[in-house]
Amino acid sequence: MANPAADALTLGGRTYRSRLLVGTGKYKDHAETRTAIEASGADIVTVAIRRSNIGQNPNEPNLLDAIPPSQFTILPNTAGCYTAQDAVRTLRLARELLEGHSLVKLEVLGDPHTLYPNIVETLEAARVLVKEGFHVMVYTSDDPIVAKQLEEIGCVSVMPLASLIGSGMGILNPWNLRIIIDNAKVPVIVDAGVGTASDAAIAMELGCDGVLMNTAIAAARDPVRMARAMKLGVEAGRDAFLAGRMPKKLYSASPSSPVGGTIAPVQGKAA
Amino acid sequence: MSTFAARGEITLSVNGSEMRVPANLTAAGLIEHMALTGKRVALERNGEILPKSRFPEQTLEHGDQLEIVVAVGGG
Repeated sequence: MANPAADALTLGGRTYRSRLLVGTGKYKDHAETRTAIEASGADIVTVAIRRSNIGQNPNEPNLLDAIPPSQFTILPNTAGCYTAQDAVRTLRLARELLEGHSLVKLEVLGDPHTLYPNIVETLEAARVLVKEGFHVMVYTSDDPIVAKQLEEIGCVSVMPLASLIGSGMGILNPWNLRIIIDNAKVPVIVDAGVGTASDAAIAMELGCDGVLMNTAIAAARDPVRMARAMKLGVEAGRDAFLAGRMPKKLYSASPSSPVGGTIAPVQGKAA
Repeated sequence: MSTFAARGEITLSVNGSEMRVPANLTAAGLIEHMALTGKRVALERNGEILPKSRFPEQTLEHGDQLEIVVAVGGG
C-alpha cells in the first residue's frame, strides 16, 4: 500500500495532510469550536469577516485566539457578500487582518433564500483577486463549464456545492461532480450540502480532492463526535477511491468462497 | 464644512454608524478610542485598505467612511 501520509492535498503551492476543511460557525462557544475542529483533524479552517462590534464588550474573546493562525491555516471567506466588489473588499481586509495571508475562499451569493452562488459576480471577483495575487478557492454551482472557467481564471481550487448551503441534503448530482472532477486540473472540493459521514465518503469516492463543511458538524447533536465521524468518512472515501472499487456486476452473483470441495449430501443412512 | 469642524470635532462613519471625534484624530487614536488596541482588526478607509503600519500617521478627515473588521465564526 502506498504511504497514506504521502497523499497530501496541495493548494496554492502548500500541502495539507487533511482533506477535510471545516467552518467555525454555529458552535455553542469557542471552546466547542476548538474541540470539534481538533476532532475533525482539519488543517484548513474557514472564518467569516465581519464589522467589529461598536460599544460592546471589547474584551469579548476573539475567534483567532481559540483557532490560532500559528496552528491552523485560516481560510477567510466572503460569506454574506452579494456583489463582486463587496467580496473583493472583504478579502483585502482579510489579507490585512491575517498579515498578508493569500489563501482565501470566495463565495458571492445570489439570494438569501437558497444561498445559491451568483456566478456572474463570482467570475468577476475571481478575476480581480487572482490578479491581486490571492490564492482563490471558489464556491460555485455544480456547472462543469463554470468550474472550468474558474480554473482558467487561475483559481487554485473549485468548490462546487453538493446541495444547498446548510441543507444537509447530501450529494444531489453526483454525475455533474464527476464531470467537473474529470475535467479539472485543480483540486475539486465539495463545499456545502454534506449532511453526514456517508455523504463525505461518497464525495471522496467520486474522486473529489476534499470536502468543506460547517453545519453538518456544528448542528449535529454531538458536534465533536460528528467531527470525528467526518474525519473517518473523508479518509475512508479517499482510500476507497485510491484503492479502486470492484466492478459492479448487475445480473450475476459471484461467490466469495471456493465453488468446489463442499461436503456431499448424506445418502441412505440419514440421521 | 461643518460646525463640528469649527468646534474642533469631526464626524466619521464607523461601521455604518456616525461617530463624533476630535479633529486631527489618527487611525491609531480611533482604534484606542474604541478599545481595540492590540486586537486583531483590519481597517478600510473610504474603500481602501489602511495598513496597520500607517495607523499612527494617518489623520482622519471629516466624512471618512471607515470599516473595522474582525474574524468571526462562519462557514
